[in-house]
Amino acid sequence: MFSKTLHGVRVPHRKNTAGAAPERMPVPAIVTIPMSMHIGAPAKPVVNAGDEVSVGQLIAEAGGFVSSPIYSGVSGKVKKLDNMLMSGGQFVPAVTIETDGKQTLFEGIAAPRVTNLEEFIDAVRKSGVVGLGGAGFPTAVKLSVKDLSKIEAVIINGAECEPYITSDTRTMLDDADLVWEGIELLKEYLQVKRIIIGIEDNKPQCVSAFRKRCKAGDGVEVRALPALYPQGGEKVLIYNTIGRVVPEGKLPIDAGAIVINCTTLAAVAKYIKTGMPLVEKCVTVDGSAVKNPKNVIAPIGTPVKELFEFCGGFKTEPKKVLYGGPMMGLAVPDLDAPVLKNTNAVLAFDEKDAVLPTETNCIKCGRCVAHCPFNLAPADIETAFRLKKPEDLEALKVNLCMECGCCAYVCPANRPLVQVNKLAKVMLRDYQSAQKAAAEMLKAKKAKEEENK
Amino acid sequence: MSNFTVAVSPHIKDKENTASIMRDVLIALCPALIASTIIFGARALLVTAICVAFAVGGEWVFDKIVKKPSTIGDLSAVVTGVLLAYNLPVGIPLWQAAFGSLVAIIVVKQLFGGLGQNFANPAITARVVMLLAFSSTMTAWVIPSTPGFLYEAAARFSNAVSGASDAVSSATPLVILKGEVSGTLPPILNMLLGFRGGCLGETSAIALILGGAYLLFRRVISWHTPVAFIGTVFLFTLLVKGDVNYSVYQVLSGGLLLGALFMATDYSTTPSTDWGRIIFGVGCGLITVLIRVWGNYPEGVSFSILLMNILTPYISKATRKKPLGGVKA
Repeated sequence: MFSKTLHGVRVPHRKNTAGAAPERMPVPAIVTIPMSMHIGAPAKPVVNAGDEVSVGQLIAEAGGFVSSPIYSGVSGKVKKLDNMLMSGGQFVPAVTIETDGKQTLFEGIAAPRVTNLEEFIDAVRKSGVVGLGGAGFPTAVKLSVKDLSKIEAVIINGAECEPYITSDTRTMLDDADLVWEGIELLKEYLQVKRIIIGIEDNKPQCVSAFRKRCKAGDGVEVRALPALYPQGGEKVLIYNTIGRVVPEGKLPIDAGAIVINCTTLAAVAKYIKTGMPLVEKCVTVDGSAVKNPKNVIAPIGTPVKELFEFCGGFKTEPKKVLYGGPMMGLAVPDLDAPVLKNTNAVLAFDEKDAVLPTETNCIKCGRCVAHCPFNLAPADIETAFRLKKPEDLEALKVNLCMECGCCAYVCPANRPLVQVNKLAKVMLRDYQSAQKAAAEMLKAKKAKEEENK
Repeated sequence: MSNFTVAVSPHIKDKENTASIMRDVLIALCPALIASTIIFGARALLVTAICVAFAVGGEWVFDKIVKKPSTIGDLSAVVTGVLLAYNLPVGIPLWQAAFGSLVAIIVVKQLFGGLGQNFANPAITARVVMLLAFSSTMTAWVIPSTPGFLYEAAARFSNAVSGASDAVSSATPLVILKGEVSGTLPPILNMLLGFRGGCLGETSAIALILGGAYLLFRRVISWHTPVAFIGTVFLFTLLVKGDVNYSVYQVLSGGLLLGALFMATDYSTTPSTDWGRIIFGVGCGLITVLIRVWGNYPEGVSFSILLMNILTPYISKATRKKPLGGVKA
């Protein structure tokens, strides 16, 4: 009731692959790279069918300010440009490349010149890096802060609170140098005085690795946070580290903070150091149906099928396959789904783990309310949604829901609370835009009446 | 091409479900059942069995009639049956116990849409109905005699089988506290162990507290309602009489512990927020004392919970937490 950290749930960790250094998988025969692996406008392809491409070569340029360029992670020939169905249900253009297995490096790869903020942001934009923790928000946009004095702290997100996933853990262990270089870049170009590395305390090796690097007075601190899901949620992390609340409709920067995932930062640092943009990902391959769970480095666009094959295939028939962790991950309909920029894990579960729980009556136990990090009332939201009362949804602030899944995780009646919240958000948006349109019509009508007088 | 299950996240779930929660409640009710059998004899078991059988049977038949999938697997009907039995005197005619169970399940619960939809606690409402319908048998208390109880228990067990009873009718501590009849209050040890007059499951404070502690430990219930309810009764009676001893007896008498730990913590019919639970508990405590001290009935726990059940939706709404970062629309 009086706690200073936000609520959450204790989920099983299942970090089976935490000790598994990433292995580079053989180049797949074909990669399919969708043009929308980020929030914002889809990227525009700059290659045509039949073109030869090499590793690190630009294949699509950013489609707007909030967008991100895309580079090839393989060398080979562009087979086709067409539309593919994404797991989200939308069709997006995609570039399919037939690989030649040579992995020829693009000759234009060179470390960018970065001497000031403008060049730094430009380099981040060109790196093709987006939020790799899962959200896929273009990093350059996040770092384009108009007034640098607003940044009180940059929080490096190494919480990795989802079960199974260990790709950030591996970044922090294997690429700590890159993360640290990224921190130096932020300090230099964004003039950040305070940097907090937030890591869940179930990764003590990561905590101590960074603590060793911190020196008194360098403005970098490591915070071992309790392993309480969703510790890695942006707003949760901000609250639990600097005690600030991001107001409704505002951005973290309005609370004085920027949160950047550790792997995202490492990818930025890598580009600025070597000129190699984001073309491959370390992906945790795990789940009850996978024979040898591993961390795998795969070119973006690799069909997940090949990742599973690289991990010895399936020990039992998979019944549910996810992008990302089991709390917020997206179920994919088939194994052709490609590795995306923001894919940090692919999980395959056997029949037992794929069984959908049976819904029963809400018993009003209040567990969903007690565990919601944002103090929302999921049970009331469900009632309002089923009664089709968008005005109630507005008062209940369903729009603040980050869909972390704590409510549904603890619900003893197995109510589909996240699903309802997603739909309720749509209902609320529709209602609000209709309200707005009606208000404008009324205004126009009144203005016309005034005119006629 | 493939037959993967696609569903909205989360894809994992903790182990708790409605049935497991109800199972925990039943486990927590066990000590009181054992105590009751020792105190009042095997008939306590029989009454409980009848209530459970009719509650579960009633729900099953109702589901059949309205062509809904059977919900008896969630064990909530078992809990209702046990709780109703605990609120009955051990000598209640079995047909009345059966009738009460059907009222609880069918009228109070199923007709409102089943588990979670009822606004009033089924066991409590049924008890109140029975109190009005069968006033004499519902207040025919038997007072168990004091230790040597294992011997007594054995004797009672055989008596119960043969249908005889060696227990004598007597007033409950509450009636004595009220001063309506003269009598001596049982010693405090008897109050704790449960050797006093009262409903069959409400007398043993130790057994009930043990069960309540288990529910708290398992996080099935929170401390808010019981602490607020019992605390209010203690403080209010202290304020009225200024006698700690009197207040202690008030807390240990009647159905207060049973009500505060097991009935005022029912999910469906009580608020789901921490502050709401405190308000609910305080309200129950106030009404209980008002009835016990100034009302016509010696006991007010059932009425207080029932009255507060009605206020629950309003309390829940008023105590809803403020969304983090939410801006007033």
